[in-house]
Amino acid sequence: MTVETKINLKELASKPEKFAPGHRLCAGCAEGIIVRQVLSAIDEPVVVATATGCLEIATSMYPNTAWRVPWIHNAFENAATTAAGVEAAYKALVRKGKIQDRNVKFLVFGGDGATYDIGLQWISGAFERGHRIVYICLNNEAYMNTGIQRSSATPLGAHTTTSPAGEVIPGKIQWRKPITEIMAAHNIPYVAQASPSHWRDLMIKVRKAVAADGPAFINIFSDCNRGWRHDTATTIEVSRLAVETCYWPLFEVENGVWKLNYKPREKKPVEEWLKAQGRFRHLFQPKFRHLIDEIQAKVDQEWEKLLERCGEKQ
Amino acid sequence: MAKQIVKALDGAKAVAEAMRQIEPDVVAAYPITPQTEIVQTFSQFVADGLVNTEFIPVESEHAAMSACIGASAAGARVMTATAANGLALMWETLYIAASLRLPIVMSVVNRALSAPLNIHCDHSDSMGARDAGWIQIFAENPQEAYDNTIQAIRIAEHPDILLPVMSMQDGFITGHGVERVEVLEDKAVKEFVGEYKALYSLLDIDQPKTFGAWAFYDYYFEFKRQQTEALSKVPQVVREIGKEYGELSGRYYDLFSAYELDDAEVAIVVLASTAGTARVVVRKLRQEGIKVGLLKPRLYRPFPGKELVEALKHVKVIGVMDRSIAFGSIEGCGPLFLDLCASFYTYGNGKGPQIVDYIFGLGGRDILPEQIEGMVKELLRIAETGQVPYRVGYLGLRE
Repeated sequence: MTVETKINLKELASKPEKFAPGHRLCAGCAEGIIVRQVLSAIDEPVVVATATGCLEIATSMYPNTAWRVPWIHNAFENAATTAAGVEAAYKALVRKGKIQDRNVKFLVFGGDGATYDIGLQWISGAFERGHRIVYICLNNEAYMNTGIQRSSATPLGAHTTTSPAGEVIPGKIQWRKPITEIMAAHNIPYVAQASPSHWRDLMIKVRKAVAADGPAFINIFSDCNRGWRHDTATTIEVSRLAVETCYWPLFEVENGVWKLNYKPREKKPVEEWLKAQGRFRHLFQPKFRHLIDEIQAKVDQEWEKLLERCGEKQ
Repeated sequence: MAKQIVKALDGAKAVAEAMRQIEPDVVAAYPITPQTEIVQTFSQFVADGLVNTEFIPVESEHAAMSACIGASAAGARVMTATAANGLALMWETLYIAASLRLPIVMSVVNRALSAPLNIHCDHSDSMGARDAGWIQIFAENPQEAYDNTIQAIRIAEHPDILLPVMSMQDGFITGHGVERVEVLEDKAVKEFVGEYKALYSLLDIDQPKTFGAWAFYDYYFEFKRQQTEALSKVPQVVREIGKEYGELSGRYYDLFSAYELDDAEVAIVVLASTAGTARVVVRKLRQEGIKVGLLKPRLYRPFPGKELVEALKHVKVIGVMDRSIAFGSIEGCGPLFLDLCASFYTYGNGKGPQIVDYIFGLGGRDILPEQIEGMVKELLRIAETGQVPYRVGYLGLRE
């Protein structure tokens, strides 16, 4: 698919804002940044469905709304299917001549809870049926809206309130679910991983996703300073470190072809990223330090596999 | 009166036929016995190009209702169908559909809820959803299932209402029972249902709306008050549309139908297909000089308590027949009994007939005319002696 990849900051700044200020997202939350990056990447009209979660509650407290585009919240697990219903209605109404075809795009925002866990079946069903929806996972690696509980996106060793670091258990004891791969396995036209620290890459991916002839999925790393325990001003720095350490690689799968979008000149040790966050603080005690090596091993293993898939190993 | 074609249809096919004629914009549905025939018949209509409907073959009933909510919020006319566990799986979204005031029409082919797993008829599925904010209408036979489906569109989309409608019929008994059904011409149905124009739509790109905002103690209460206010207007609308449909088809519909009730001393109150069996019993007993009548509620939610009390207040004893148990309610009674008792307490000026509940037909257990006849004899004894041996009894149960 060919999309406009030139992004002019000056032009962007002059576009009308589709996501209004005054929403209730926390200071330093990546979600607001990402939503603005996503919406400003799209020139076509959009309808947005949002799963229950931080973004939903922070932007739609009656009688106010932060959404200057049509927006719907249905429930926690079913945002993909809700958008699929909207898309089906659009197709039917256009076909019957009841509304004009304006090349409307259908966007979904769901957290990792809604995406990795409770809503997986709904997304899988919608992707299999081929609805033209773009599903964006705002992955902050835990259930932050309810106060930082583990999800299947939470990495090994992270402290959450339901995988707390204790005297004998060092936080979450499992690794994360490879959801981006799982989505790619649906053989949909476009799947990608992005980070707001690499905004140009993120915005181009959004453009490719909305241009796709079928479902698209973007897993976006969405720093939560409340849950990850770091200063509110370092959101983008921590996000960038995740990319530089190869903990969060930037790649895309376009019509089945895997492509690495960014290869750090020097792969930093994952410890640097862990060190920046309070949720991993306990790992630096001597008794739990071996977990840092385990995490590094996991990251290395996934990175090598990704390099191979992307044809970067020749 | 419009021209009609007589067809041999079972209840599920009759509903599918009504859906073909209505030709909704979107149908999202998941097959479940005994509703499957509706979904597969409609799928064939889509495959044959007989309807210009966007059909979403979802992966679960929860997804079915989720997609219906999205499509309805986008301004489409939306229909679906389910039964039993499928309806139970939708539970969360049933409330959301009603609370977002989305006029979705859903056909429910009543089936018992698990466990034990059972595919046959009782009313535990839709009774479990009776407080979800949906309008609920029961049909006795395939003809009524067909007629109710068409009227449900108008009721749901009425500007004073804007609420989803569940249109019920009995699984297998009428769902798979072939009967003579008078079918309107396509054009007549299309004219009757008209074009749907949503008040607000997600696809109004130029005037964006937020659907499904959250509200706490400062606003939530008022939303609920408006919802119940809309429901209070339903009986009037159901009557108007039932009359209009009668003028079109010759089949008039009201909130309930009564048979030999005017001078009855004892009355049977029963929903859906069993009313047909009860009518046969009433006819027979009337020939024997027994003053028994029958009342079959059609509209169940909102419950037309005032009208039912008015129609039944002259009888001495009422035998309610419940095809489900409202577990944990007084004496282990059924929901119809509860609603009727509450109605008499509310509208009966402290007076009213004795009301006895008979649980029957759970999990598809057959109900025989002799059993209903025995029940009537018991009601007559109560009328004569004033002695009520038990408040909740069972028909056709091995004990």
